[in-house]
Amino acid sequence: MSDKFTGKTITLAHGAGGKAMRDLIDAIFVQTFDNPELSSLEDQARFELADLAQYGNRLAMTTDSYVVDPLFFAGGDIGKLAVTGTVNDLAMSGAVPLYLTCGMMIEEGFPIDDLRRIVQSMKATADAAGVKIVTGDTKVVHKGAVDKLFINTAGVGIIPQGIEINSHRAQIGDVVIINGFVGDHGAAIVDARGELALESTVETDCQALNGLVQAMLATGADIHCLRDATRGGVATVLNEFAQSSGVGIRLKQAALPVREEVRGICELLGLDPLYLANEGKLIAIVAKSDAERVLAAMQAYSAGKDSVIIGEVLAQPVGKVLLQTGFGGERLLDMLVGEQLPRIC
Amino acid sequence: MKFVDEFRDNQKAQYLQRAIHELAAQLEPTLSRPLQIMEFCGGHTHTIFRYGIEQMLPKSIEMVHGPGCPVCVLPMGRVDDCVTLAERPEVIFTTFGDAMRVPGSRKSLLQARADGADVRMVYSPMDALTLARKHPEREVVFFALGFETTMPSTALTVLQAEREGIKNFSLFCNHITTAPTIKAVLDEPDLMLDGFLAPGHVAMVIGLQPFEFIARDYHKPLVITGFEPLDILQSLWMVLKQFTENRCVVENQYARVVQPTGNQAGLQAIHNVFETREFFELRGLGSIDHSGVSMRANYTPYDAERKFAMPNLTVTDPKDCQCGAVIKGLIKPWECQIFGKKCNPENPMGALMVSSEGACAAYYNHGYTGKAA
Amino acid sequence: MCLGIPAQIMAITDAERCMAKVNVGGVLREVNIACIVDEEHPIEQCVGDWTLVHVGFALSRIDEDEAQRTLELLAELGELQQELDAMERSGAAA
Repeated sequence: MSDKFTGKTITLAHGAGGKAMRDLIDAIFVQTFDNPELSSLEDQARFELADLAQYGNRLAMTTDSYVVDPLFFAGGDIGKLAVTGTVNDLAMSGAVPLYLTCGMMIEEGFPIDDLRRIVQSMKATADAAGVKIVTGDTKVVHKGAVDKLFINTAGVGIIPQGIEINSHRAQIGDVVIINGFVGDHGAAIVDARGELALESTVETDCQALNGLVQAMLATGADIHCLRDATRGGVATVLNEFAQSSGVGIRLKQAALPVREEVRGICELLGLDPLYLANEGKLIAIVAKSDAERVLAAMQAYSAGKDSVIIGEVLAQPVGKVLLQTGFGGERLLDMLVGEQLPRIC
Repeated sequence: MKFVDEFRDNQKAQYLQRAIHELAAQLEPTLSRPLQIMEFCGGHTHTIFRYGIEQMLPKSIEMVHGPGCPVCVLPMGRVDDCVTLAERPEVIFTTFGDAMRVPGSRKSLLQARADGADVRMVYSPMDALTLARKHPEREVVFFALGFETTMPSTALTVLQAEREGIKNFSLFCNHITTAPTIKAVLDEPDLMLDGFLAPGHVAMVIGLQPFEFIARDYHKPLVITGFEPLDILQSLWMVLKQFTENRCVVENQYARVVQPTGNQAGLQAIHNVFETREFFELRGLGSIDHSGVSMRANYTPYDAERKFAMPNLTVTDPKDCQCGAVIKGLIKPWECQIFGKKCNPENPMGALMVSSEGACAAYYNHGYTGKAA
Repeated sequence: MCLGIPAQIMAITDAERCMAKVNVGGVLREVNIACIVDEEHPIEQCVGDWTLVHVGFALSRIDEDEAQRTLELLAELGELQQELDAMERSGAAA
């Protein structure tokens, strides 16, 4: 760490383009992210196309902004989320994620120690996922213009030849697989906000899924659909698949893994885990004949050790998701309208 | 989870399903139309939809989803009052989450928050009192709504505020009472209801006696019902048994939670703080005598209605909305002229589309492929 | 109406205000237990009780025996149905 950078809070000077900004970028970002593409400090990162082409024949590109409140929560923080979220969006195409950008909008007065912690978390997460953060931007805004800190990350990855993952490819008879417990992130955030005065040990499931996806593809199976179940939860992703593919999907509630504590939070507040956000869960649709080997490959991988089959693709009802309730009944599982609010009724 | 998972058991559900079908088969020769059984409570409606219970029933039994959802029957004018209160700069307006989305004639509390009002969601009225302790410079108003189940909590919170001498806390009281509301439904001339599943958590507070007039005067079998899916099925079976045995009484399926005399401490707190209003307006049902409570005069300092100038205007329900007829069981949600068209969960016109416990929203959201089509 | 959930009392946190910590599926929350305390069941005896919690207030002590009775009744209903089926099968076979 550079000794010349000793301030305690971010000021508008840190975003003004002068020496203070240069010191901040050097002390916090360049030294932490530490890679040749970034260290050159040009206005852009530069890549040899030939290097990229070794991974496949198509470029995948995505962007996402992270505004989670609170910034730190059990099992993660906004920095970890900003890396895994973008890595996962790339990975869901089958792409090998390679490079990320990091744009930060910081409210003046933000503690530098917190910023350092968040940037270090981004670095650790990026290293674990095998991606580099190669270019960035920092803006400091007046108090109240953003809530503490927002991060935008964009990412590029390369899709290997022959991979055709697409939400309209679900076929009748296919099976639906998830890589573990549902609703952890949403429950952890409800808990971390503290408004509802709950105490629990639920942690976010925030994790990069690119390794898991590569393990699934390595089986040689044809993965039809793949999506991470973030905002809107499992219910939303399944509805998207059903609509895009023009099929029905039956979800078996009894097969769906939900942690006891997440259930506890849901029962207390009248929430449904199927609509809670996840940050490390993917839903895959594969041909029934491929299901077993894909599942085995997933279970052998750390991010997929709790993988299970949770449903199947049907001819009817087109564009809808049926929930088999585990109690003997069946109902439609719709998308959520607006935000899920705790209820008393 | 104890006392939860056991009552969601699939095997026992099958026993009950079969027993219900057997009793229904016995009754069918005597019926000219399907039996209509009302679950009064929105919580029951929620369980029925969530577990797909209607699909497990024979065609000769129809569930009618009653008005027991305090969020749904909240009149627009009261929501407007909430918004007006919330928009006062000194006020922190606290509410249960599900009341945030209810549309007023100007806006919902959610929209008011987006426009800058300090509206905060709390889990408990005690949390609102905690906010008042933390922010002595602000006025914390708690939006008290709900049937008798919720009244002890708000009453005890006011009593606690009084004990601690907290002056910046008040209730905007919109509590409503169960028996007058059920009576209003029963007095409907075109009524076709045959029996009731009664709200177990209301009975947990007020006991069995206030429900007895339904069996005695209106000759409708009634079972106090718990909120797990097995509770619902067992209560339906108990109602059907009353039909086959030609009985008509109040029975308590939810004995693990409901004492026949209710909860004395809770009732005492209610009695200390609240008194019956002459009448109260319910959305979709109109004005019903004695259907609401207000705060007693000695709690004036804690009564937001007296503490702040309130517009207190009555706003008429949209005229093509048929919520009243749905609540009384006269039509099914999808038979309403605006169901799913002008009125949907994104843009609710009527009360029953507002909350996920409302019958219309429930049908819209997880409407059955079979029955509702 | 009236979402309520079974919760077990883990500890009394403030006897004067009748506040206790309850456990719902491993999640802890402070609730008011004034409504389940009386002379016969003083506050210190409440630890371990299963209660029904609504909006942060315990409103009933759950009666384990009654819960068991309900479940036994349903189990018996199943046994009865199985016996009837067995009788029908043997009748059909005869």
